[in-house]
Amino acid sequence: MMTICESNVAKIEAICKEYNCDKGELINVLHQTQNTFGYLPEDVQEIIAENLQTSLAQVYGVVSFYSFFTMIPKGKHPVNICKGTACYVRGAEKIIDEFKTLLDINIGETTADEKFSLSSLRCIGACGLAPVVLIGDKVYGRVTLDSVKEILDEYQ
Amino acid sequence: MWSLYGKMQVSCSSLKLILYYNFMDTISIKIDNKNFQVEKGTTILDAAKSVGINIPTLCYMHLHDLNTTHNPTGCRICVVEVVGRKNLALACATECLPGMEIKNQTIRVLNSRKTILELILSDHPTDCLICAKNGDCDLQSMAQQMGIREIHYKGEQSHYIKDTSPAIKRDMDKCIGCRRCLTMCNDVQTVGALSAINRGFMSVVAPAFQMNLEDSVCTYCGQCVAVCPTAALTEVDHTNLVIRALADPTKTVVVQTAPAVRVALGEEFGYEPGTIVTGKMTAALKDMGFDYVFDTDFAADLTIMEEATELLDRLTRYINGDTTVKLPLLTSCCPACVNFFEHQFPEMKDIPSTARSPQQMFGAIAKTYFADKLGIKRENMVVVSIMPCLAKKYECSRDEFKTNGNPDVDYVLSTRELSRLIKQASIDFDSLIPLEFDHPMGESSGAGVIFGTTGGVIEAAVRTAYETFTKQKLDKVDFKQLRGMDWIRESTIDFNGTPIKIGIAHGLGNARKLLQEIREGKSQYHAIEIMACPGGCIGGGGQPLHHGDSNILLARQKALYAADKAKVIRKSHENPSIQKLYTEFLERPMSEKAHQLLHTHYFDRSTHVEITKD
Repeated sequence: MMTICESNVAKIEAICKEYNCDKGELINVLHQTQNTFGYLPEDVQEIIAENLQTSLAQVYGVVSFYSFFTMIPKGKHPVNICKGTACYVRGAEKIIDEFKTLLDINIGETTADEKFSLSSLRCIGACGLAPVVLIGDKVYGRVTLDSVKEILDEYQ
Repeated sequence: MWSLYGKMQVSCSSLKLILYYNFMDTISIKIDNKNFQVEKGTTILDAAKSVGINIPTLCYMHLHDLNTTHNPTGCRICVVEVVGRKNLALACATECLPGMEIKNQTIRVLNSRKTILELILSDHPTDCLICAKNGDCDLQSMAQQMGIREIHYKGEQSHYIKDTSPAIKRDMDKCIGCRRCLTMCNDVQTVGALSAINRGFMSVVAPAFQMNLEDSVCTYCGQCVAVCPTAALTEVDHTNLVIRALADPTKTVVVQTAPAVRVALGEEFGYEPGTIVTGKMTAALKDMGFDYVFDTDFAADLTIMEEATELLDRLTRYINGDTTVKLPLLTSCCPACVNFFEHQFPEMKDIPSTARSPQQMFGAIAKTYFADKLGIKRENMVVVSIMPCLAKKYECSRDEFKTNGNPDVDYVLSTRELSRLIKQASIDFDSLIPLEFDHPMGESSGAGVIFGTTGGVIEAAVRTAYETFTKQKLDKVDFKQLRGMDWIRESTIDFNGTPIKIGIAHGLGNARKLLQEIREGKSQYHAIEIMACPGGCIGGGGQPLHHGDSNILLARQKALYAADKAKVIRKSHENPSIQKLYTEFLERPMSEKAHQLLHTHYFDRSTHVEITKD
């Protein structure tokens, strides 16, 4: 049995109401809910399903389809590595591996101290700076294998 | 004379109009160099079908009588060449245009279909010989039809944990992504247990959070199993357990057969839909070594005794001004419906009759009354049910229906499983000499047999409730106003001055509509019957596949009404074996003993989330 507190239920209900509890607005509701809570745990999805009068399986289907949605809380400093074409050909894969090794987590995971989470995305439109890494809103361009440690150290 | 002439003129001109209209509504196309006139606005697939040309499909499903077309354009098997177009077109999703020239048999088309099929097969296990769907699998037939002898593509294969619930088995390694199950679960039945999750190669059909089906809102109606083209979704097979019980000399094995089975089983042996094979089925069961072959119809009569008494009790109290009475009374025979309202309408769990389903009443009586008669312990009796239903497998496993861990009904075989068992036993079904059911639990009325169709349970209840309420004999026992195949029906029956309003729905999507109307106070009924499967049990998830052809369902329905008509006794309360059961054992309907053995209670299974204070 999952539990969720009243005030969080009220927040979700308010978001659903904003979209007239229309199940066609599921993606928008999920976006806003993730902005509020940082992630979309099971209990939150259940409350959304109830409010939009749709099935929990349907909600989970959408959450699991889009890589933007996450069911795991993001770290304090979310690391996003671009895997767009330009970044990819300039070695993004190796940069990802280096982050994985240094943080000891996989893509989609968060470190045990909840400081960093790791994800990849497709093209942020800064191809001239490839390969590109985003930490929070800060952009790091022309990242090399050697600079990965330096970048992470900024947040220690 | 003149007026007749006038009428003739009118009808002649309207005929011309129809012809003209038809002419306007058809277009000329060419398929494989032959000219055809087809209806405007149809897809190449439908147009070809209308002129007798078969284009292969895998994911496409058209259940014309359920008003459901499932057309996700996922499998790509139906590709054809359209002259003048560079790429192949999907027949299921391309509209015919005037003058269109379609090629269905070119080497390019045939090779493309083969390549597509080989790609699908490259991520499919090749254990056909030991697969549950061997011989009854759309993918296997397609591979056979296309003459696949080698799979040229080797790639990654999907591996998922197999999920076994009490009724349905999920083996997603065998899923080809046709998503027919999703249409049945979400659109037709509106249950919402299954969804497509993840994306790309990782995409799979699963319940929320990939939980087990058992933990989801699944009702076990089995309509997903009924449309699955492969063995991705199958029933949990009880045949080996039954064989083992039959071979055990310490066990007395009792079997009950549900009403809808006898009008569908024949189809598995080449008989026309709607052929009544009750006697042959009984003979086959005897041949296989069942000690007593009984009829669920007997228990259906017993259900009516309890349910009608409960209905009259609620009605009388209501008429006398008791405001606490819950109406309408909802029939409670369908275990998938029970699951449905326990999950989705828990606030209405007071409205169903507390009467157990015929299957469970049968088990309870067999392991007490009948076991006593035989002088054996309940542990040494094995009760097997033959059901058109998969939810019955789950129902018999519910804790309420066990005594000291021993279930009232041990195993449930679907109609399909029974046919496989008969074939396994090398019984020549055709040459079987029909036999009668054994006594005492094989005697039944016509009211019992119509339980298998939508509207049947409520008609059976009305026959008994009318006579008990009015203390008058019915002139006519047929209540034609309760029959038919319309999704939601309502009718008012005159109980000698007291109008009784009745609602009927079949298919869970329609049941939802009816229940919602009642919840919102838009409709007021005294009694309602809902059946989870389209058509009622005749269209159950365990029946021979009907592929959405309502002619098959109608034939089965007609056969049940014919079986009812052929009975001398057509009202449950006039069944002598039932009367004897009450005198010898149960005393009267709703007695303490009846409550203990024949009634049940329901649970709120609505949510997994507990809301706590801040």
